[in-house]
Amino acid sequence: MGLLRKIRNTGRVAEPAPPPPTAAPPRAARDLGGSVQVRCVDAGSCNGCEIEIAAAFGPVYDAERYGARLVASPRHADVALVTGPVTRNMAEPLRRTVAAMPRPRLVVAVGDCALNRGEFAGGYGVEGAVADVVPTDLEVPGCPPEPERIVAALRRVTGR
Amino acid sequence: MTGHTTAGAAAMCAQVVAVVAGAPLLTGLMRQVRARMEGRAGAGVRQPWRDLRKLLRKEPITPTGTGPAFRVAPALLVATTAVVAALMPLASTATPATGRSDLILVVALLALGTVALALAGLDTGTAFGGMGASREMTVAALVEPTILLAVFALSLPAGSTDLAAIVSAGLRDADRLASPSGLLATAALALAVLAETGRLPVDNPTTHLELTMVHEAMVLEYAGPDLALVELGAQMRLAVLLGLLATLAAPWGIATTAAPLAVALAIALLAVKVAVLGAALAAAEVCWAKLRLFRVPELLAGSLLLALLAVTSSYFLTGA
Repeated sequence: MGLLRKIRNTGRVAEPAPPPPTAAPPRAARDLGGSVQVRCVDAGSCNGCEIEIAAAFGPVYDAERYGARLVASPRHADVALVTGPVTRNMAEPLRRTVAAMPRPRLVVAVGDCALNRGEFAGGYGVEGAVADVVPTDLEVPGCPPEPERIVAALRRVTGR
Repeated sequence: MTGHTTAGAAAMCAQVVAVVAGAPLLTGLMRQVRARMEGRAGAGVRQPWRDLRKLLRKEPITPTGTGPAFRVAPALLVATTAVVAALMPLASTATPATGRSDLILVVALLALGTVALALAGLDTGTAFGGMGASREMTVAALVEPTILLAVFALSLPAGSTDLAAIVSAGLRDADRLASPSGLLATAALALAVLAETGRLPVDNPTTHLELTMVHEAMVLEYAGPDLALVELGAQMRLAVLLGLLATLAAPWGIATTAAPLAVALAIALLAVKVAVLGAALAAAEVCWAKLRLFRVPELLAGSLLLALLAVTSSYFLTGA
């Protein structure tokens, strides 16, 4: 009963939706029709980006209302959300994860480390940026990127 | 007579179409109820249909090393559920299936779909596929006796295991539904439906942790159109089993003829009943946590006990 009262008193936490994206969706995303399944791949991140991704799918930003949903298997996914500089040990798993996804598939690099190795540039364990390992379709800069920007990138893929 | 048969066949087709078209909407409604209770806006009731449309356009993948069990399972799952939807008197008791819609056959068809998916999970050869299959079979072995016993309790007063006969008897004599044996059997069936469709507290349909998965673990390797069939099959099972529960516990509104108007009204009422049940289940799921796997047999043993009490009370209290 306490939980139900709490639910009633809290009401809606989701913020009003910003205007829909104006930029054209990436070519691979045209056939998705407002439904995007997302698989997160941590290729060596400090977990800062993961916290922001969790926030993007939380009640306040609610990325799910635009048709994006997190899934448990790359076979179910349309988008790989890759974070972190790709470490030597994660380069091959990342390649295999992307290869396991059915076409049309997209890779979205999230965070400065994923774009250009960021803080970890020159580290002995770093293989390279995400684009050096797998072809990327979209980039979300920031260290870490705000949930709004992650949601905006996902909305460009869903087109909603 | 031919006119009757045609109308009956049309009613049966209408049932199947309603289940196939309505099942993704039911899932969408349940996700929407959940989203609203969590303070989110939600993706809309039609989102599962968008997901299915997209999955059908995607590239089919057959993982290396998988055999016929993996390829056949999605089609078999959808086919058995569609046959169950055709057999059950969801809209009318005057379909050509009357006299053949044996409840034991319905349970067996649902079990066939479960076994097909479990074999497919084993066929992938991954650790999680085998683990999911073993868990699904454990749950199924505990659920099937419960469903059969609950069915037995409901069929005793009607004198037949034919679904149409049970529903007709319930329509004629509403007191029977509120009798102790009817209520106990309904409660046992409700728990069994939760386990059979992989809902909380037995299985969490939205989990991402492979170690807690039951149903999801078996379908991790499916992609594209196959995954669309598996998802549609799971959604149809939920719709059909909630429909079965509504049909047995509250048969009011089900047509006893095959007249188009009566059937249309019955389907509309069925949609309302299933939507109410689904919304209630989604609301309850917000408040429940998943049970530890080792506690699940206790819950299912409880539902078996309810079913056993239902059978006993129908013997002792009604003298049937």
